Formats: sequence, structure tokens, C-alpha cells
Amino acid sequence: MKAMFLVLSAALLLAACGDKPQSLGEGRKSVAPWAGTGVAAFTAPGWKVGDKTSWEGEMRARTQYGQNEYTRVGN
Amino acid sequence: MARMKFICDSQRCIECNGCVTACKNENEVPWGVNRRRVVTLSDGQPGEKSISVACMHCSDAPCMAVCPVNCFYRTDEGVVLHDKDVCIGCGYCSYACPFGAPQFPSQGTFGVRGKMDKCTFCAGGPEANGSEAQFEKYGRNRLAEGKLPICAEMCSTKALLAGDGDVLADILRTRVVQRGKGAEVWGWGTAYGSKAGGKDAGGKS
Repeated sequence: MKAMFLVLSAALLLAACGDKPQSLGEGRKSVAPWAGTGVAAFTAPGWKVGDKTSWEGEMRARTQYGQNEYTRVGN
Repeated sequence: MARMKFICDSQRCIECNGCVTACKNENEVPWGVNRRRVVTLSDGQPGEKSISVACMHCSDAPCMAVCPVNCFYRTDEGVVLHDKDVCIGCGYCSYACPFGAPQFPSQGTFGVRGKMDKCTFCAGGPEANGSEAQFEKYGRNRLAEGKLPICAEMCSTKALLAGDGDVLADILRTRVVQRGKGAEVWGWGTAYGSKAGGKDAGGKS
């Protein structure tokens, strides 16, 4: 009985030595951009909301044709 | 898709500060905080160069490494973002960042340091896309609207480029070949670990 009491007491005391899970910064991440904003008025035309491939195509086109004048005027 | 990156072509930047203004307007950035700024080297001297600087969304971001509360994360597109609900405003990221990207607004009666604010690549943050909470905390989420960051899209000389790193590299390569100089890209090696980056590649500049 005494031994059992000691074991239980030790277990109870040592339980306080345990570390709480440190998950503060692990939970929240951004929603994927191709999911869209749900605001059609601000969404660029030319891609389908929810379609990753379509979004990537729009990004590539915007990067290339919007920023590379050599593409537009020829070399 | 490759990673989203910024390139500032110092041969083209005319120090108009349009990118700075556009960023502040688009994201309603508070007074005292500049997510982007233009730095001029050898100002007023022949051969002066200007570059537009903001968060470079580093591949191995030092801000992420030093943050004691782990508030940073990287999206699948390579954009380094942070959770303002977790940030404690300690300022470690500010000391670690080689580009001076983290900014701290003065908030409250005694001007205590607020939660960190920085360029988000116009990708919002960990709130619902297009929500009021996302706009209030992080600004506009243009990526989710199918657009690139406003600073680059409105740059009049197209000195500041943003988008898929592979496409940007092609654009810059074309320019360098055409003009025969200006191959060096400031900050590239620091942000992305390229040994060749940031050094003069032999072109006339």
C-alpha cells in the first residue's frame, strides 16, 4: 500500500515536469492564392478561381507581358 | 511554379519613389512604416545608382531563424509571411534582416513598439483571403486576385520586377544582352544564396 502510494505520488509530482506543447506559431498559414478572394470586382480576368494551373498561367503571363517590353516590341 | 521573387534593375531605377507610394496607398500602411523604400548610392555624383528595397522573401530567411515565437512561415510560392497575432514585437527580426525589411509602428500612448510589419509580396497573411481582417493586418492580397505586387506592376521604367523567378531571370538576361551591361543584381546573392549573385558578372556598368 505504501509502495503504491509512493509510486502514485512520484507520478503525480513528475507530471509537473512535463513540457506543454509549443504550438503557438505552427497553426496558421495563408490560404492558397488560387482560391481567390471571393470579390469578383477586384479579381483579374483571364484565370479561373480555384484552378491552380490557371492561376500560375495568369501569373506567368502577367510577369512576362506586363514587365518585359522586349516581348511586346520584339528584339 | 518557381518561387516568387523581386529584382530591382539599378540601370533603370530613376528614384521616383512611385513603388513606395503605391505600396503605402495600396496597403494603407501607417505613418512611420515603409514596407518599401528607394536607396540611392553615390547620390548627386556621376554614376549614381538607385535601388528599390523591401523584403526579399529570402530562401533561408534569417528573420524566420531568430524569431522566438515562430511567427514566420513560407508559402508554397516562396513568399515569407508572418502572423501578427503571434508576433510579440521583440525586434529580433529587425536586427537579423540584411535588408532592413521589418518595420515597427509606434502604437499606444507611450510609443511602445508595435507588432512587426513588412512587405507581404501583396499576398496578405494568415486570414481569410480578401477579408477585412486580412486587409487591416497585412494589406491587400493581390496574388489571390491574380495580380502581381503593386510596386512592380506600376513601376514606370520597369526597374522593379516581381513574379516567378525563372521568368524574371529571363527578362533581366534579355536586357543585359541588349544593353551590354548591368548584369549584377543587388541583394540577390544575400537573399537566395547564389555565390555569383550580387557580383559584377563582367558587364560594363
